[in-house]
Amino acid sequence: MYGLGILKGMAVTLRHLFKKPITVEYPEEQVPRAARFRGYEFVWYEERCTGCASCAKFCPLGIIRIETSPEQDPGVGGKYKLEKFDIDTGRCMFCALCVEACPYDALFMGSTFERGSYSRAGLVVHKEDLNKGVKKPSVYYRPHLEAAGYHSEKELSAKEVGRW
Amino acid sequence: MDVIYNIFAILEKAIVDGLTPGLGAEAALAVMAFIKIFMVANVGLIMVMVFIYMERRVLGRFQVRLGPNRVGPEGILQPLADAVKIMIKEDIIPKAADRLIFNMAPIMAFVPIMLVFAVIPFGVGVAGGQTYYMTVANLDIGILYVLAVTSLGEIAVFMAGWSSNNKFALFGAMRAAAQLVSYEIPLVLAVVGVVIVTGSLSLVKIVEAQAVPFIFMQPLGFVIFITAVSAELNRTPFDLLEAESELVTGYHIEYSGMKFGMFYLAEYLAAFAFSAVISTLFLGGWMGPVLPSYVWLLLKALFVFFLFIWVRATLPRVRIDQVMALAWKFLLPLALINIGITAVEALLWPTFPWFLAPVNIGIGVLVTWALAAAFRKVWEPRWKPGQFAPTPAGG
Repeated sequence: MYGLGILKGMAVTLRHLFKKPITVEYPEEQVPRAARFRGYEFVWYEERCTGCASCAKFCPLGIIRIETSPEQDPGVGGKYKLEKFDIDTGRCMFCALCVEACPYDALFMGSTFERGSYSRAGLVVHKEDLNKGVKKPSVYYRPHLEAAGYHSEKELSAKEVGRW
Repeated sequence: MDVIYNIFAILEKAIVDGLTPGLGAEAALAVMAFIKIFMVANVGLIMVMVFIYMERRVLGRFQVRLGPNRVGPEGILQPLADAVKIMIKEDIIPKAADRLIFNMAPIMAFVPIMLVFAVIPFGVGVAGGQTYYMTVANLDIGILYVLAVTSLGEIAVFMAGWSSNNKFALFGAMRAAAQLVSYEIPLVLAVVGVVIVTGSLSLVKIVEAQAVPFIFMQPLGFVIFITAVSAELNRTPFDLLEAESELVTGYHIEYSGMKFGMFYLAEYLAAFAFSAVISTLFLGGWMGPVLPSYVWLLLKALFVFFLFIWVRATLPRVRIDQVMALAWKFLLPLALINIGITAVEALLWPTFPWFLAPVNIGIGVLVTWALAAAFRKVWEPRWKPGQFAPTPAGG
């Protein structure tokens, strides 16, 4: 029957008219992200960090800058005092090798993506920013968090986030 | 309630009666005509905004997204924001353009469409025992006037395409000339059926004759008319003179700022005008239960425009040769057959009783099917379903 194809097509579009729009209205709501999302805004715990600079050594781009000063000899199990911990995220490629390298569960990938800036300098995340930042780590390369069913829904303290 | 139904008639009577002692009867009517023109022009422009908003929102929902919803509550101020944007944009005239014609074309596109609203009967009202029709000019040849005036729009398209001195604009304009001239003929012939049933060219008389809406009395005419109108309006199955993907918007490619705005305005004004004309010719115009007459006409126009949006959301653009073939080989014979059937019925049953409606729907389906089959088998015999290219003769 001629013209039936058109009517069939019209019926398909009419069905779509009554579907719920799939639009996620961004500033008000966000697309749900995977637990292992490698987001912007690294989550870093100064209490856990010893200043070993493993992350800086493993970074393929060399964009993590760490300056430490020993107040006294840290000894076994001690830690350096951190003067600087800067990550130049403007050049970061989010490979997460720094997170994989961290032996003390101090550095995590973030779960957010909203850290836009008008200048290159604004993209450098300083130690102060990291301390003030939202501590909602991604579970990327942190199987103990993933096993606990954590999905970046609440902030974690330095005690809760590590394996010990 | 009576006051609400007849508000415009009461106002008209009050203004004319109030001005007659001071100015004389003719001057009072002239003042009334100016008031009417002002009101109709504003209704037209406001409805353009409604249509633009509706098109974007409804098309969005068809595509399972939201459409513009940021400017104002639910995005209703979006057309205003667009208008402001378009007015503050730079007005560019190409160096090689024919400046006079280039500048005149947007006006030429806008004015004829505006003129259509002079004869559309928006409603009816009774005041002091007298019937007032809500139309600027109750012409006896209303529908003829509509057809004549809307045809002028295509001159504007060609002026714009030619004067831009741009090959894409010229392509668009050439296609427009071919397409619009072709579709004018089935458009006019589809109206003839309605005119035979009514026995009048006056839009007011056509509405008053529709005890049964003509969409049931003239189903074939309705289908031909709405197809031809969507070609006249350059809406999607036939929008190949704008054709974003191949002609980069065609004839108005070189226009920017308010001149482009005029084309845009004229396009949606034409959509409203033709929606109102289709409602008047086939859907019973202002007639309807409960609601006031002027609300009914606007509701019907919105419904017709919804049909256009629905078609736009569904059908892909056709090729230029398919457009031409559809007009000349399919719609034109169909329109002639429709006139023949209607003429025979007019001889047998001059009053057009209601039982002709199901009969006409049956005949319409049958004739359309037969003609479509003939279209496939006789006029396009080389092109068989499932075959991707015409085979050479003897091959």
